[in-house]
Amino acid sequence: MNDILSTVEWSRAQFALTAMYHWLFVPLTIGLSLIVAIMESIYVRTGKQRWKSITKFWMTLFGINFACGVATGIILEFEFGTNWSNYSWFVGDIFGAPLAIEGIVAFFMEATFVAVMFFGWNKVSRRFHLASTWLVAVGVSLSALWILVANAWMQSPVGMKFDPEQMRNVMDNFWALVLSPVAINKFFHAVTSGWILAGVFVIGVSSWLLWRKRNVEVARDSIKVGAWVGLVGILLTMYTGDGSAVQVAKVQPMKLAAMEGLYDGKIGQELVGFGLVNTDKQPGDSLPAIHGEISIPYGLSVLANHDPNTFVPGINDLIAGVALTPQGDTINTVSYAERIAMGRQARAALADFDAARKGGDSIAMKEALTRIDANYEFFGYGFLDKPEDAVPNVPMTFYAFRIMVMIGTYLLLLALVAIVATRWRTSWLEKRWFHFVGIASIPLVWICSQAGWVLAEVGRQPWAIQNLMPTNAAISSIPASSVQFTFWLFAVLFTLMLAAEMSIMLRYINRVSKTDMLNNPKL
Amino acid sequence: MTELEMYQNYWWLLIAVLGAALVFMLFVLGGQSMLLSRLSEQHRQLMVNSLGRKWELTFTSLVVFGGAFFASFPLFYSTSFGGAYWLWMSILLCFVFQAVSYEFRRKRGNLYGRVSYDVLLFIGGILGCVLLGAAVGMFFFGAPFEVTRGNLVEGTNPVISQWAPTHGLEVITCWQCLLLGFTVFFLARTLAAMYFVNNIRTDEGFERRMRRACLGNGLVFAVLFVLFAVVLILAPGYRCAADGEVIQEANLYLNNLIGMWWWGVIFLVGVVLALYGIGVTAFTRTRAGIWFSGIGAALVVIVLFAIAGYGSTCYLASTTYPASSLTLANSSSSLFTLKTMSIVSLLVPFVLAYIVYVWRKMNAAPLTDSDVSKDSHQY
Repeated sequence: MNDILSTVEWSRAQFALTAMYHWLFVPLTIGLSLIVAIMESIYVRTGKQRWKSITKFWMTLFGINFACGVATGIILEFEFGTNWSNYSWFVGDIFGAPLAIEGIVAFFMEATFVAVMFFGWNKVSRRFHLASTWLVAVGVSLSALWILVANAWMQSPVGMKFDPEQMRNVMDNFWALVLSPVAINKFFHAVTSGWILAGVFVIGVSSWLLWRKRNVEVARDSIKVGAWVGLVGILLTMYTGDGSAVQVAKVQPMKLAAMEGLYDGKIGQELVGFGLVNTDKQPGDSLPAIHGEISIPYGLSVLANHDPNTFVPGINDLIAGVALTPQGDTINTVSYAERIAMGRQARAALADFDAARKGGDSIAMKEALTRIDANYEFFGYGFLDKPEDAVPNVPMTFYAFRIMVMIGTYLLLLALVAIVATRWRTSWLEKRWFHFVGIASIPLVWICSQAGWVLAEVGRQPWAIQNLMPTNAAISSIPASSVQFTFWLFAVLFTLMLAAEMSIMLRYINRVSKTDMLNNPKL
Repeated sequence: MTELEMYQNYWWLLIAVLGAALVFMLFVLGGQSMLLSRLSEQHRQLMVNSLGRKWELTFTSLVVFGGAFFASFPLFYSTSFGGAYWLWMSILLCFVFQAVSYEFRRKRGNLYGRVSYDVLLFIGGILGCVLLGAAVGMFFFGAPFEVTRGNLVEGTNPVISQWAPTHGLEVITCWQCLLLGFTVFFLARTLAAMYFVNNIRTDEGFERRMRRACLGNGLVFAVLFVLFAVVLILAPGYRCAADGEVIQEANLYLNNLIGMWWWGVIFLVGVVLALYGIGVTAFTRTRAGIWFSGIGAALVVIVLFAIAGYGSTCYLASTTYPASSLTLANSSSSLFTLKTMSIVSLLVPFVLAYIVYVWRKMNAAPLTDSDVSKDSHQY
């Protein structure tokens, strides 16, 4: 059992490592593919050679980044099998479909047209090349769609039923899966966050060119496109983020409570604007949850339910079984202790069903099936020892949420300032402060992006599939030492890869900042 | 045949087609394994840039192959990937290196030098082919695992499948699997040589060398393939009887070829096409050999999948607990999922059509020295 726990921890660490590395590259790919497509469209529409050079410059950076995204992505996809094999069987009937569609619909589109994008300038017509660039952008977003549908399903499992004979879940409504509100919000939130990231990246790199006073025209034009993409991205991200919060309140109230450090909820619940999490605080005790709290009155009720006078349950409420209806009303429902008991009953009933099936006892099968149906909703709780095991890491989710929101707000201002600078206050583009802010924002946007995923994934712990399968039941039967080895292997390899990528990008950008890009087609 | 069986068979065929596409595209890996030969820098550049325009398709074929397996036969995905951990991790690493090596090798500031990336491409080219072939070899020669659905309700270890402690390393001791691995490797090198002949225009010496490489690698491939075919038709296998019992059957794959004779015919057509492609590339001036051999190899792969899975054959036999062996019937997704995915699969011809269209457009003019030196994006 200890080895299993250890395997779970190392498997989680490995998945987190690969996912976080993957997400360093993917949002830039998503956003930059759109920006490059817009730039090339301007080139094709105006015929100005300058825009072709600009397009090629950003396309080169896109290519360097794209390779890393691909390299980390393959590990991530196959880790569902290598490290989460029990999960793969338990829900493979549902979860595998979006992954396969992702490959058939999106990956082939990317792989085919990215070659035209890089090497087709002199081989295909201008319009065909432009279409290819747009198809890469569409393919990138489509691939994001399907993997995010899969991820959303793990957070809010819908469109399925349990098959006790196979001891697994099977799909019974594909469209429920694809059109789940959680999936729709997650898709737009993640994709548009990629637009922000790429927009800020373009502003930042262009600021460096402005700082060096080389290729000023290129930098100004790039900022124009980057700032608008970033602004649209951040407005849409805020809108979908609001939608995500409402969905989280409905389907993952424990995540919402953890991200607020909220233990005992109330009507008209405030939102913590600033505070430090008391790490000694445990569910059920009387210690304060947050030190130095500065709150926004009614904030959390508005965020969760769009109504200042609604109740938001805290961790203690949820453990005790106080829940929220879709209408925002509170009801007394099943406590976590009862859920654990029901989960165990479901597992026991399933064992009885299996024994009865093997023995050909149809009456006993029917009886066991009734018990399974009555308790299956909380099947996953049967793998937990105590109610507190269903509480995610509060400090990590709390801080991740605040980092995401604070940097996100700053990035909104940055995008607005950049637009003002390119349109009405062009003198700002010559100011050192503008260059400094632009460059300094690059790491911030990545921190913001990573924080969003930390919130989403740490906040849903301990669940691999919400309420149905915790991570400790989702793993593969492999020794912890094996996973430990591959964890460190990937940590070293991906770090070396990231170092090389950054070095290549910096060297390339630096080279461009020393030369006249518009008159040097080899760049 | 029930509706469910029909869809299981359909999806196995799609898996076979994806596997065939992957094997064809392995010419990229085969080409990588030639990069450390004694070559002029100019020739090496041409080869890398020729392969580099296609590596994403090879990569994607593998990803889609895995994704399709996950969607249609999740118990295989769960058992094989979670069990043969080291084997699959090693294969994946080959592809991780591939993705970045092409893009980074000649970029300034790549930190580790061009040679490091070329060595990674070289190692990935060899290991990627051999290990993928060996992994597929398990379809015929089995693997040490046990599947117990009831584990889910056990308190101590809820994982459905358990693999031998070697976790995939045992493939090194399975000489039949390695034989298939090296067969795939030399096939990939043969196809790579043909692809270079087809795609690169430079001095006469290069073309002569590639035609010789095609002959040399092709001969080794042919010998290994014949050996593998003999081993395969003599090998016993497991079949699931009508009552659900898994029984061993002598010459199972030969019996399948005879019982499903149409696959035997396709197999022979594939072999003839593959050999014809090698012959015309080695001994004539034609540049189209890759298409004959590529299509031939793809047909053979489809047949190998067919005889591994159809006719209630255990496509992943358990050498330790035969009753745990995987068949199309006991490892597939539900009818609903297979049907839903089948609708999605109607897009496959469309996808193939645009791949072919773009391939023809991009390869209409062969790659020349000036392309490589003038192109703004180079590998």
